[in-house]
Amino acid sequence: MSVAYAIETDKLRKVFGDYAAVKGLTLQVQQGEVFGFLGPNGAGKTTSIKMLLGLITPTSGSSSLLGKPVRDRDVMSRIGFLPEHFRFQEWLTAGEFLLLHGQLLKMTSHDLKSRIDELLGRVGLSDYRNKQLRTFSKGMLQRIGLAQALLNRPALVFLDEPTSGLDPVGRRLVRDVIHEVRAQGTCVFLNSHLLSEIEVTCNRVAFIRHGEVIKVLDLATLYADQTSVTIRVSNLAAESLTGLSQWGKDIQMDGERISMIIPSDAVLPEITRYLVAQRGEVYAITPNHMSLEDIFIETVGKDGGL
Amino acid sequence: MKAIWIIAKLTLREAIRRRILLAGFALGISFLIIYSIGLHFILVEVRQAFTLRDLPAGQNIMNVESQNAFLMAGLYATTFLSIAMAALLGADTLAGEINSGTIQTIVTKPIRRADVVLGKWLGFAGLLGLYILLMAGGVILSMFIQAHYTPGNLLNGVGLIYLEALVIMTLTLMCSASFPALATGGIVFGLYGLAFIGGWIEQIGAVIQNPTAVKIGIITSLIIPSESLWRRAAYEMQTPLAGVLGVSPFGASSVPSALMIVYAVLYLCVALYSAIRIFQKRDL
Repeated sequence: MSVAYAIETDKLRKVFGDYAAVKGLTLQVQQGEVFGFLGPNGAGKTTSIKMLLGLITPTSGSSSLLGKPVRDRDVMSRIGFLPEHFRFQEWLTAGEFLLLHGQLLKMTSHDLKSRIDELLGRVGLSDYRNKQLRTFSKGMLQRIGLAQALLNRPALVFLDEPTSGLDPVGRRLVRDVIHEVRAQGTCVFLNSHLLSEIEVTCNRVAFIRHGEVIKVLDLATLYADQTSVTIRVSNLAAESLTGLSQWGKDIQMDGERISMIIPSDAVLPEITRYLVAQRGEVYAITPNHMSLEDIFIETVGKDGGL
Repeated sequence: MKAIWIIAKLTLREAIRRRILLAGFALGISFLIIYSIGLHFILVEVRQAFTLRDLPAGQNIMNVESQNAFLMAGLYATTFLSIAMAALLGADTLAGEINSGTIQTIVTKPIRRADVVLGKWLGFAGLLGLYILLMAGGVILSMFIQAHYTPGNLLNGVGLIYLEALVIMTLTLMCSASFPALATGGIVFGLYGLAFIGGWIEQIGAVIQNPTAVKIGIITSLIIPSESLWRRAAYEMQTPLAGVLGVSPFGASSVPSALMIVYAVLYLCVALYSAIRIFQKRDL
């Protein structure tokens, strides 16, 4: 079981009428990783998630979750899901809502009770336990939805745009929660437009266009790759500058600003030590990574794949 | 099995929280009050009329006939209201939850999609049972208190009214699995109207002894057996004389056979099965 992928799909395809919403999705997501699912609007992201969850029947192709077929009841009890544009039973109170979903997950009533207390506290809604969901703001609904997705301590959780409608505090909360569940070994499948969120949260990302994976990127290696760095330093002798060449190339100095190309972030501490040893006054060392947004636009194209 | 029960309870709770139950029962009770007051004055009038004519032998028969007729009128209204209730409850349930996406977090739990349909069916069946118990019970009780009259085959009759409401509710649920709420409502009321007209054609056909008209009525009863169930219920409860007297919306002159009841039960089972199959195959 532990060797199985959290998600594995092979040429998953969905055609609505004569329009292929998902052309052929082939993907492997490992257990325990936070996987970002990126793509322009209409790229088939939500349709893909719905196929993985058994909400939509694929036209062709195959997929498995946690090593078992989609819709397997054992698997479904180990999965969490926060849909996009969700609406919940708004006539239920927050507590009743979580109780309902926990019962459907076949959780024991004792476990469920303590879990509801814990999660309501975690998403900051303990004081609203007895309020009906129809009185909730969009952000509060998003929070209770997140709590719902995590009730069963899932091995795999799908979050479809979990930060839409949230203020910065709420977004931070979602980010922190994702880090927490990942530390507990949960695999998170995250669909989001907020690339800055993805950047700080995910291990790997897949870029989707027309329902096909066009690129999978390991964010750890993204930062390990060659990058440029800008250093603000004063009081540095000109001969000290040449010493920097042992860590990089294309060294240029413009007043207090030095720019150079380095093979990876790993050399930055050594450069810092060197500059200090040369009695330079260091104000800032800024690596200029290509942002995920740059890569996104480069990958899917400026037209957004339309 | 447990999932079905959870969904059934959820369905009941929704009806209470969204005040559907309150609205239905408040209007139902006002209907019963108006019915009882009307019945009081009618009974006074009828007693006076037949006492004045001084027909000792006929008096009792005419009293019973008129009491039965008024009872059937009350039960006919009850049936219509139950059917409206059945269609209103069922029309938005699956269609609305599919449309809003509420259904998505439900069906991705470790339950079968069939559990959702069966749970809703059970919840609505319970609600309709309560409603009919209140309404039919109220009409019958009102008559009993005011005139000390109860019709024969009461349980059969009320049971058939309940079956009719269940048939409509199940049909609505089936349509709701594939069509939007408004379309579902339109289809179900349209079919009910078809059965209503078909029933009339059959009744008139029976009186004027036109076999084609009767056949048309039977065919519409096969398409949707609601009206024929009412006529069978009326036949069970009405006095023998009323059946002979002729056409009235509150009674039955062309009586559906017991086979029609079997057909209606089968019809219900097929509709429920279809609702499950449609919902299972549908992209949500």
